[in-house]
Amino acid sequence: MNLLESIKRFYASSVGKKLLVALSGVVLLLFLLGHLAGNLLIYMGREAINDYGEFLHHMLHGTGVWFARLGLLAAVTIHVVATIHLVQQNRAARENRYAYETTVRASKASRTMIISGIIILSFVIFHLLQFTILPGPGDQGYYDDQTSDHLRPDVFGMVVRAFQNILVCLFYIVSMGFLCFHLSHGVASVFQTLGLRSEKTAAPIEWFGRAYAAFIFLGNISIPIAVQLGFVHL
Amino acid sequence: MATEKLNLTLKVWRQPSSTAQGEIVTYEAKDIPSTASFLEMLDIVNEELINKGDEPIAFDHDCREGICGMCSLTINGRPHGPGDGVTTCQLHMRSFRNGDTIWIEPFRAQAFPILKDLIVDRSAFDHIIQAGGYISARTGSAVDANAMPIPKPVADYAFDAAACIGCGACVAACKNASAMLFVAAKVEHLGVLPQGKAEKDRRVLGMVRAMDDAGFGNCTNQYECEAVCPKEISATYITKMNRDFAAASIKEAVVNEF
Amino acid sequence: MVSDISNDMPDSKIPSGPIADKWTKHKMDSRLINPNNKRKYTVLVVGSGLAGASAAATLAELGYKVKCFCYQDSPRRAHSIAAQGGINSAKNYQNDGDSVHRLFYDTVKGGDFRSREANVHRLAEVSTQIIDQCVAQGVPFAREYGGLLANRSFGGAQVSRTFYARGQTGQQLLIGAYSALSKQIADGGVEMYPRTEMLDLVLVDGHAKGIVVRDMVTGRVYSFAGDTVLLATGGYGNVFYLSTNATGCNVTAAYRAHKKGAYFANPCYTQIHPTCIPVSGSYQSKLTLMSESLRNDGRVWVPKKAGDRRLPSEIPDAERDYYLERKYPSFGNLAPRDIASRGAKEVCDEGRGVGDTGLGVYLDFSAAIQRDGEHTVREKYGNLFQMYEQITGENAYQSPMRIFPAVHYTMGGLWVDYNLMSNIPGLHVLGEANFSDHGANRLGASALMQGLADGYFVIPSTIANYLASETPGTVTTEHEAFREVEDEVRQRIDQFLSINGKRSVDSFHRELGLLVWDKCGMARDEAGLTEALQRIPELRAEFWENVRVPGDNANVNQELEKAGRVADFLEFAELLCHDARHRKESCGGHFRTEHQTDDGEAKRNDADFAYVGAWEHRGVGNEPELHKENLEFENVQLAIRSYK
Repeated sequence: MNLLESIKRFYASSVGKKLLVALSGVVLLLFLLGHLAGNLLIYMGREAINDYGEFLHHMLHGTGVWFARLGLLAAVTIHVVATIHLVQQNRAARENRYAYETTVRASKASRTMIISGIIILSFVIFHLLQFTILPGPGDQGYYDDQTSDHLRPDVFGMVVRAFQNILVCLFYIVSMGFLCFHLSHGVASVFQTLGLRSEKTAAPIEWFGRAYAAFIFLGNISIPIAVQLGFVHL
Repeated sequence: MATEKLNLTLKVWRQPSSTAQGEIVTYEAKDIPSTASFLEMLDIVNEELINKGDEPIAFDHDCREGICGMCSLTINGRPHGPGDGVTTCQLHMRSFRNGDTIWIEPFRAQAFPILKDLIVDRSAFDHIIQAGGYISARTGSAVDANAMPIPKPVADYAFDAAACIGCGACVAACKNASAMLFVAAKVEHLGVLPQGKAEKDRRVLGMVRAMDDAGFGNCTNQYECEAVCPKEISATYITKMNRDFAAASIKEAVVNEF
Repeated sequence: MVSDISNDMPDSKIPSGPIADKWTKHKMDSRLINPNNKRKYTVLVVGSGLAGASAAATLAELGYKVKCFCYQDSPRRAHSIAAQGGINSAKNYQNDGDSVHRLFYDTVKGGDFRSREANVHRLAEVSTQIIDQCVAQGVPFAREYGGLLANRSFGGAQVSRTFYARGQTGQQLLIGAYSALSKQIADGGVEMYPRTEMLDLVLVDGHAKGIVVRDMVTGRVYSFAGDTVLLATGGYGNVFYLSTNATGCNVTAAYRAHKKGAYFANPCYTQIHPTCIPVSGSYQSKLTLMSESLRNDGRVWVPKKAGDRRLPSEIPDAERDYYLERKYPSFGNLAPRDIASRGAKEVCDEGRGVGDTGLGVYLDFSAAIQRDGEHTVREKYGNLFQMYEQITGENAYQSPMRIFPAVHYTMGGLWVDYNLMSNIPGLHVLGEANFSDHGANRLGASALMQGLADGYFVIPSTIANYLASETPGTVTTEHEAFREVEDEVRQRIDQFLSINGKRSVDSFHRELGLLVWDKCGMARDEAGLTEALQRIPELRAEFWENVRVPGDNANVNQELEKAGRVADFLEFAELLCHDARHRKESCGGHFRTEHQTDDGEAKRNDADFAYVGAWEHRGVGNEPELHKENLEFENVQLAIRSYK
């Protein structure tokens, strides 16, 4: 058996696919943390976050951002495709459902991962359209006109303008709610799938997962709220 | 202890054969002593059905003391019914109240096809064991039993996994009808013992693949299995197996075949 | 009265020479089959408990083609799994004076001098290999912190020779054998047929050459031909309806073989276990055993006054009768199983039994709780107290447990020679299904030992003594003998389905059980047995006229399965009572009230009954013919078992 076949075989197995979902999940989790850190720069003012945006775009002579984007795209693709396969198999494994269904321990979040996942995916597409793909040099306020030496995209202005719309804010907050919900099962689940949980660490890991989810949630929703409340303004 | 009499409504899955359509049928169970076991309650109902000229409800059972793993039944949606750490045969009617409606269904999973009424075919479990759930120890070739000391914690860890009775409640409870707890319990029982190390990688790969081939679902770390396991086997055995599977896969891919 | 007693027993093939050398000598003298030829022989193994699974796996390892059958849905479920206590072995790891000879001696004595010395010695010899084998398979026996195996003293033994895996020793050993069997199934050495019940034996020219089975899922009746048949089908305790056996345990395979000519030996030796949870009502389907270890700390008592219905806490100490301590001051509550059981029966017969049914005695832990604290008691017996509470709903830390004896194990079984072959050439019998090693009473932790000894170590060596003289594969299912037996089996099934009477199979089984328990249970007498022998045929006649078996034979039909088993119990019960009536002595699990000492102890009669009673079938309803194998004791002194 050559290496390629081994990889195929690994993917074909249930545990293999789960490991891939977990590993891609780790990539996405770390990205979320990094992304949040970047977002929070908004509280440091226009300069700070726009510097950060510029830094990202000029990393490795402008290729860095593309490496990151491709990496993230790969992670998302693996996460989604493997999950779809797993879900299909799971449905097939019990075609005839119980007439009387009950749940003993499984959390609501764990039972709705696919739904929260789809919502998050839709959100990500909207989010990318709104802040990455659609905005272009022709748009009003695209450039940061406060820097003197050169023109650069005004991340700060874009975000603040967007969150001045209450509907956009609500959409972001609700989406972050689903992300939080997804993570409340997902983070701890990563430890289980990667074989990093034990009787003794099970409870702390569970706690850590929820804390992580809450941190991402609170950090992210603070921005639209801050904009709405006028703490952050143009 | 005074014996109460219970009148119950039973909603029972009836299916004449593996190929026939099944349906939930309602029965009234009258004057069931609270001291009877759940299976004895079904015996009483069956006795009445027979006396009326009907076919009794078919269900698997054998030892009736919670160790053979033959009894199944999903009771009100929960495999082996209410109560932690018990099999259906150990469940007693005092767990129910007069007037209760009880739903009784088979262990549902595509990998456990229904043979009749509440009886399912769990031979998929045997096939998984055949794919590596053993230590190859030719009879007569063993060394002295005390030649290889095994630390008590290791022996205890192996024992906790070995307590599995192969009933299939983990599959029946799992939202995805996954057999991971069953497989992990055997993989880890044997894998952690020094005498089982030689076949460790081969075992975990073989058993997981056999599990997949049998049409069980995938684990989504919800721990329903652990919650209903009549032997209270911990889902951390699954954690350990995930790790062992990953390690064995890498070894298989880059070092040698098993 | 037994009309015919003949002494034309087949040769028991006990090797000559000193007892300690017999097995070695026998193995050396046994025939061998060339490895290339082994695969030409087909061995049919019926039953997949400790004996059956270990035999099937080991014979397949040796190269024989094995087909294995069990009525359960998987070979992992056989009732060996329920054994709690442990398995004896003369390892002497504790250095407390144990030896093969001591285990041999204890087993012969424990069997009340009614077993074959040579078989028992072999059992003691291979007991050490069993532990090695099981550990190699990954059986998680209890260990000490240093990593070495732990032992405990069990069932009143004076040495600690019992290996155990918490309270689940049987389960762990069976899973070990099952895993060995599974490997052989995967390797193609064994074809496994679960949910397949043997309904009859096929003889060709007087040799056992096949079986007729019923596929319990499709109802199909068909046959398998083989060069030899191994029955490892367990005991017949369910003739009493209520027992600690699994509900599916049955005598059919052994009894069908008996009807085809195999001698049934010592059926009256039935073991009643003293610490079971009492019956709570007529619906009860099974009795649950609690480990005997409870008697280490529990005190057994009943009220002194008959009919005393007060709560146990309201009965002052002076009005309690701790009858085991009173009658057996040195062993007290630890008196052996048969004695403790009989004690309970006596006090209940006197109307001093406790609980709603009056069939129970107290097992009281209050003294132990007071002495050692509830915590210590919980540590030792927590799981048993929990089990008791699950079943009875009572908290035994607060009020005493109620216990009562229950049928647990049957020492009798098909007669076999030293090679484990019955008097039918080619029919081998292993484990509880044979009669060979326990005499009139089995010691605790010896059943597992015997099952595995037979399967792993004895039959693999002795089977060639039969097979080597047989040309493999000469008989196929095309032989007309198969068609004849298949037709008989089908006719019987059709008959069950067509009677369409008014009573369920269970109702007959329950009635039979009560009758046998009453007349041939813990204490037996001539009048009762004679009455039973009269009533059993009546009940059987009613069964064949009035049983109702709903459904058909095209599918799973559990009533049909039970009907076949109960029909055989209805015949077998008669054999049991015949044997009990003929054995005019008390020994081990067989207590005849006419034969007791002045203080109520069992009185053996070595002059007239130191033999194996092997019965030959002579037609349903006819008295069986007794054959005697005299027991010679050259290495142990016949003595009276005393536990005073």
